[in-house]
Order: sequence, then structure tokens, then C-alpha cells
Amino acid sequence: MSAGTLSTFEQSLRRLDVDSTRTTPEAFEETLASVTLDPVVGAPLPFDGSSLPDWIRTRPTPRELREAKTGVTAAELAVADYGSVVIRATPDATEQVSLFPDVHVAVVRAEDVVAGMPEAFERLAEWTAAGDSAVVATGPSATADMGALVKGAHGPKAVHVVVLE
Amino acid sequence: MSSTREEKAARIRHFLATEGDAVAEGTRGFNAGRYESVQNLDEYEELKDRARAIKEDAIERLPELVEQLRESVEANGGHLYVADDADDANRYIRDVAENREAETLVKSKSMTTEELEVNDELQGAGIDVVETDLGEWVLQLADEAPSHIVAPAIHKSREGIAELFEATFNPEESLETAEELTMFAREKLGERIAEADVGMTGANFIAADSGTLMLVTSEGNARKSVVVPDTHVAVAGVEKIVPSVTDFQPFAELIGRSGTGQDITSYISLFTPPTDSPTVDFEMPDTPMADGEVDREFHLVLVDNGRMAMREDEQLKETLYCIRCSACANSCGNFQSVGGHVFGGETYSGGIATGWEAGIEGLDTAAEFNDLCTGCSRCVNACPVKIDIPWINTVVRDRINRGESGKLDFLVEGLTPDAEPGGLDLGKRFFGNFSTIAKLGSATAPVSNWVAGTRPARRLLAKTVGIDPRRELPQFRRQTFRAWFEARGGSKVPAARARREAVVYPDLYTNHVHVERGKAAVNTLEALGVHVVVPDAPSSGRAPLSQGMVSTAERHAHDVYAALAEHIDADRDVVVVEPSDLAMFRREYEKFLAPKSFERLDMHSYEVMEYVYGLLYAGAESTLLTGADTPGYDESDTGVAYHSHCQQRTLGLESYTVAVLEDLGYDVVTSETECCGMAGSFGYKSEYYELSMDVGEPIREQFEAGDVAERTVVASGTSCLEQLDALLSRPTQHPVELVALR
Repeated sequence: MSAGTLSTFEQSLRRLDVDSTRTTPEAFEETLASVTLDPVVGAPLPFDGSSLPDWIRTRPTPRELREAKTGVTAAELAVADYGSVVIRATPDATEQVSLFPDVHVAVVRAEDVVAGMPEAFERLAEWTAAGDSAVVATGPSATADMGALVKGAHGPKAVHVVVLE
Repeated sequence: MSSTREEKAARIRHFLATEGDAVAEGTRGFNAGRYESVQNLDEYEELKDRARAIKEDAIERLPELVEQLRESVEANGGHLYVADDADDANRYIRDVAENREAETLVKSKSMTTEELEVNDELQGAGIDVVETDLGEWVLQLADEAPSHIVAPAIHKSREGIAELFEATFNPEESLETAEELTMFAREKLGERIAEADVGMTGANFIAADSGTLMLVTSEGNARKSVVVPDTHVAVAGVEKIVPSVTDFQPFAELIGRSGTGQDITSYISLFTPPTDSPTVDFEMPDTPMADGEVDREFHLVLVDNGRMAMREDEQLKETLYCIRCSACANSCGNFQSVGGHVFGGETYSGGIATGWEAGIEGLDTAAEFNDLCTGCSRCVNACPVKIDIPWINTVVRDRINRGESGKLDFLVEGLTPDAEPGGLDLGKRFFGNFSTIAKLGSATAPVSNWVAGTRPARRLLAKTVGIDPRRELPQFRRQTFRAWFEARGGSKVPAARARREAVVYPDLYTNHVHVERGKAAVNTLEALGVHVVVPDAPSSGRAPLSQGMVSTAERHAHDVYAALAEHIDADRDVVVVEPSDLAMFRREYEKFLAPKSFERLDMHSYEVMEYVYGLLYAGAESTLLTGADTPGYDESDTGVAYHSHCQQRTLGLESYTVAVLEDLGYDVVTSETECCGMAGSFGYKSEYYELSMDVGEPIREQFEAGDVAERTVVASGTSCLEQLDALLSRPTQHPVELVALR
């Protein structure tokens, strides 16, 4: 990933009205505190050397999922051209945590941002070949079915991307 | 008007009034979004080529891919069932639901399940079926059918939905804004998803190599429907299979842009079921989800229902490449005005629906709306898999004309000059044989015009062939364009001193009706040093083709080529004034002529303003034409409002006219409308007159607005000129008439 790819990614996110924050492993917890609304649920991060702070409830119950305002998950891949984050489904309920609460905070490692869809689908083909499922998520959920564009249909109303450098 | 025509007109009038405004706003918004979105995609054309190649290959190898997919799905622990028809699919799905003792089944949007009418089957078995896509849910509550393949409730206004919710739920607080309506629906549906036993989805694409489904959504309801309950049933047409997950990529980049005009939709899910996500059991609210036993069940139901037969049908086969993006609906003038409840069959709507409905339901269903495709071709470049949608409509029209029985009426057959069967509708035959009528009309003009214009004659025309009495009829000219050219002694520029030699093709309308634009074309080319020839060449076959008279059109193609081939050999360029005829040479003739012949005519034919552009580019003096800078030209009159022709735009030729006019100092505003709505004979037919005028309405609004209202109106196509004459109170002309020396 080049520096250009990361700034393209951030530009795409701005176009989507998605906020993003660059952070470091040291400032990670503080950053998360500033972009989450309580109650917060999370799915464990599959990143070496970084994990979610204790105040984020991982292994949530259905009740906690329903009551959470924010869900924090990893996005193991991101696509600069589109501002998309790719969330892999895991037994830790990553899919649910990214989907049910009003705000989804996606944690992306800078080195996992690829330039475009061809690179992303090369990676996705490896995941699916191993039997995995994933979602390429671009901005919040949305619908225009009620006569005007509304952000927040069945899924999150807002997305915040935290880039871990 | 005959009673069927009257009924059809009344039906169209009803939908224009009740659903037209909502559909127009939605589809035109999607269409404008598409233009903007694809413009920002550098690899747009390459991606379309790849998407097309992937689909061609996949449909070619379909039986093999089905077997590969079966192995993949079963290796993952799922089940694959290939259903022969709707009954077969419905029976299987009901069995799955009953085996899981399902009480509630939640669905995400799927046109294929609409095709099956699976909701009826499941409800008959006592299962509560809930549509969770907000648009589909609205329709389920209202008991209405989708009017658009992507935005099913596009015909519903916000006010209409608010009333529906009030009437159905009587909510404590009244619902008004789109936001309030959406949040209300989210909450109601969230409860239904929480208690669901089975989730049913469609699939936009399926990878044979891994068994992965790609679902293109925005709301998140498909994700919830899959992840919450333990049983997932995916239903898809068998044509949705592609070889591998990497093949998804061009479609992921094209489908949202082509459909709703979004670069990408919110969610592109790649499910490789059964998924690793735990189920969400809201009845055990305090047990961590990750602790639950994951015992998921997955069924993929691939639906044939006529598709494998379509694969064997050389003409309908292309329909199977369709990715159901809705670009052909959104870019269609008629669809924008009436929506899918008029321009649609049992399930599918828009341009490509003719192929789907003919293949799945049969010709009778396709016949109900096939006329709504005017062949304007605005969908052709919009289609991300490059399906020749007008051609599919033409072929199906031809089959409808011939009737399924194939019986011929030999008496009528002998009396008409076409190569069509006797069952053909009289109106279609009249418009299809317009060349014969035009010749007769010119030969007997002006008497023919007087007679045709009299009230008894108009009544007869209305009654027999269905020409709407509100339309002005074309005025045939006694002296045809060719006769004029011969009378003036041929070209004024001797071949020996000429910069180029060119044939001005005497198309039917230029030759018999709009003779002035033919004269202007000759004068313009000669002013730029071209030796002109106007040969005796037959009409292009556009008129019969538009009526679905394919074999008659083909005969014209061979005759036209025979008449022009020697001119091409003599190094003469073929210049065409009428864009719909040029489109025949450049597009449809590929179906009729030998490949080399098609290529030769295609390579050597030009739209007249394209040709003028080329001459100016090659160094001809623009001062030899009438421009805004020409001495004596009224400076206050340099503003031009230009409506290009639909097929001309599809060929990418609009820009040449604009460039020439601007080069000559004119200030040009171009129309923003895809098609004027006249579309050859379409707007003359009494059942379609009001629709045709409605389609043209945006041009009237644009051309009568503030700074455009005073501009000189020019248009390239014959029917566009006729339509603009009906819509506007100021005169119209072809652009070549504006620039010709006066």
C-alpha cells in the first residue's frame, strides 16, 4: 500500500460522508473512546499486537447486540477507490456487530488498504475458497424506498473508519 | 379507435395519471446518476467487455458449471436443487420450510421469487412470509406488484406510503417524512426478522468454484435475513452462475452504477453458506451468540423455468446475460412515463422484460407490452453486458406477428408487398410498408395530402390502421428529393475538381416528405467541394423493422447494399441525413448482411453533420457555410436549441452536430431527454398518442424555459421534427438546413 492509496481511501470516505481517523497502536484506545457511543459491543480484532480495550463488550448476547449504540469490528481489507471496508464473517459474530448497532466503527490497518476492486477480489477469492463469507460495505445502510434517500435502513446509520498505522 | 386500442389507451392514461409522476422522478434520477457515475469510471468500456465475456462463457458452459457448483455447495455442507419450473421450485422450498417447522420466513428482495410466486405457496402452507426490503414490504402491505426490477415500489409516493402505514398500523405518532417512515419500517421488520425461522434471499451472482453467492443490496435486510435464523434458502435463476469469485469483480463495479447510478451499493455480500456467523436467538437473550451451537442449514434452489430452452434459442439466449440492473428501464422514455405496470409482464419490466417474459411465460405475455419498445436504442449503451435489447424486442415482435400457430393468410399475403405472414396487424403492416405509401403519396401529391387530411379519410385511417386523429400527417411532396436533384442537372461540383465524392442517400422521409433537408445537405456538401450523387436506392427497412417485420427489413438491407456497393467501390462516401437509417446501416444490418458487406457499408457511411465535421476538420473552409458570423446574419439569432436523435446518440454522433454548429459561431443548448417520444410510427398510433406526448413533455419544458425559449430549434430525426412541431409553437429544421448557404 502506498501513501497515495491511503489518501485516496480517505478522500473516498469523505465523498461518502464517512468520518475517518488515523491512529497508532498507542493512541488506539483513546481514538476508539472518542468515536463510540455507549453501550458499545465489539468483535475481537484478528490483528497481532492490537486488541479492543476491555470496556468494549466482546462476545455480546442478543440483548446486548440489540441495545448497543456502537459496534466495533475489524475490516481486514479496504478498497481505496470506493471507500469500502471488507468485513469477514466470523464465529465471534463480527457480521452482527457490524450490522445491528446504529454506528459501525471499522478498524482498518493501513497496510490492508488496496487500490481497487481487482486487488480486493483477488483477496476475496482466497477467503471464499477457504469457505469464508464477507461483506464489502460502503458507507452506512441506506434506502430510497420511502420517497427520499435515508441513511440507516436495516443496518447502521453511520460508519466511522479508524485507520491503524 | 377500435375497442382494443381504446382500452389500451385508457389503461395507459390511467397509469400516466396515477403512477407516472413518481416513476418519472425515480427513473430519471437513476438515469442521470448512471451517466455521472460511469463517467467517473475510467475502465467503464473494458469492464463492460469483460462482463459480457464472462456471461457469454458462463452461459455456453452452463451445464458443466451447474455440476461444478453442486460439488462446491455440497462440499461446504449445503444442498443444491435444480428446479425445472415454478411448481417444482415452490414444492422444494415449502418442503424445506416445513421440515424446519417454520412459522415465519423472512425474505430479502428477489425477482426470481416473484416469478415463482413462492409467497402464495408458503402462505398456503400456513407459513407467515415477510418481505423485509422496505419497497417490497410496502407492496406486500398494499397487495401490489413491483413496477421496477430494482426499486419495486418506485410508483409509490411518500404520501401514498404514509397513508398506507396509517391505514395498516394506526401508529401513535403520525408518520410523514421519509426518515420517519423508514425508522418505523425498520422497527416493525426488525421484530419479524428476530422471530424468523427461515431466511430467503435471491442471488445476483453465484461462483461455481466456491459456492459463494454475491448479493447486491443497500438496506442490510438481506444480511440480517441470512445471519439471524439458522436456515437460509437462496433462490436464483440458473443463469446466475459464473465460474469464479474473481469474475464477480466487473459486476461489482458495474451493477450499482448501471442501475441506481451509485458507484457501488452499500453492501456487496459474498456469502459462502453455511456461514461461520453464529445465529441470533432472541429467545435466549442472555446467552452470548458465540456460545451457541452453529447448526446452519443451506439450500440453493436454481430455477430453470424456461431458461435452459432460452439458452438453445439463438435470439433469446442473450437475455440470459442480463444482470437485472434496470438500466434499460431507467434509460427508456416510455418506461420513465408509465413504469413497469404498463411496460412489463408477469414479473419483469423494462426493455429486457420482453426477452424474459417471452422465455419464461410465453409470447402472449410478451405481446401485451412489447410495443412499448420503440427501438430508440437508448438502452443499448446503458446495458452493462451489452445486450442488443431493441433487437430482442424486434425478434419477439416478429414472432408475435407470425403467431404461434404459424398459419398464413394467403389472400392478404398476396396483396401486400412485404414478406410477412397474413396474421400481421393492419396498423403494423401500414407503417411497415411506409415506403410504398410514400411513393404513392408523392406521385399523387398534393391530392394525396388533401385526401388524407379530410375528415372521412382521417376517420378511416384511425379505424383501420389506428392513426391518431390528433396527429398532423406527413405532407408528401410532389417533387421528390431525387427528382429535384435530377432536374437541377446533378451535382454542381464536377467530379474532376472535387475534394471528395459522396452519395447522399435518399432516405424515405428526405425523399418524399422533408425534401428541404436533402437539398440543404447537397448544397452544404457542394459548398465544401464535394461531388454529390443521389442514386436510386431503396428505403433502409427501418419502417418494417420497427413493426417487427424482420424478413421484409432483411430484403431491404440486401437491396440497399446492392444499390450502394458500387458507389463505395468507386470511393464515394455514403452520407445519410436520417439518423434512424444510418443506425440501420451501422447496427441492424450486421444481422442481415455478410460480415464483409456490413463492415464496408458501416465504414463508409456517415451522418450528414458528422461528414461536414470531417470535411471542416480536413481543411474545408467553414466560411463557405452559413454561420453566426456570416455577414448579414442576425446576431440576436445565434442561439440554437438542438435535439439529437435517440439512435444518433447511441452511435455517439450527437457531438459532431454540436461541434459544427459551435465552430460556425452558434451558441448551442442540447436537449436532456433520451428520446422525443415519437419514435417513428409509435406516436402516430392512437393507443400510444398520449404516452408519446408525455415522453416528449420534458423537451417542451426545456425548450420553452427562460433562456431557451427564443432559440432556433433544430433536430436531426424526421420523427423528432414531427414531434417538436407538435410540442412547440415555433418552427423546426434539420441542422444542415441552418448551416447550408442560403
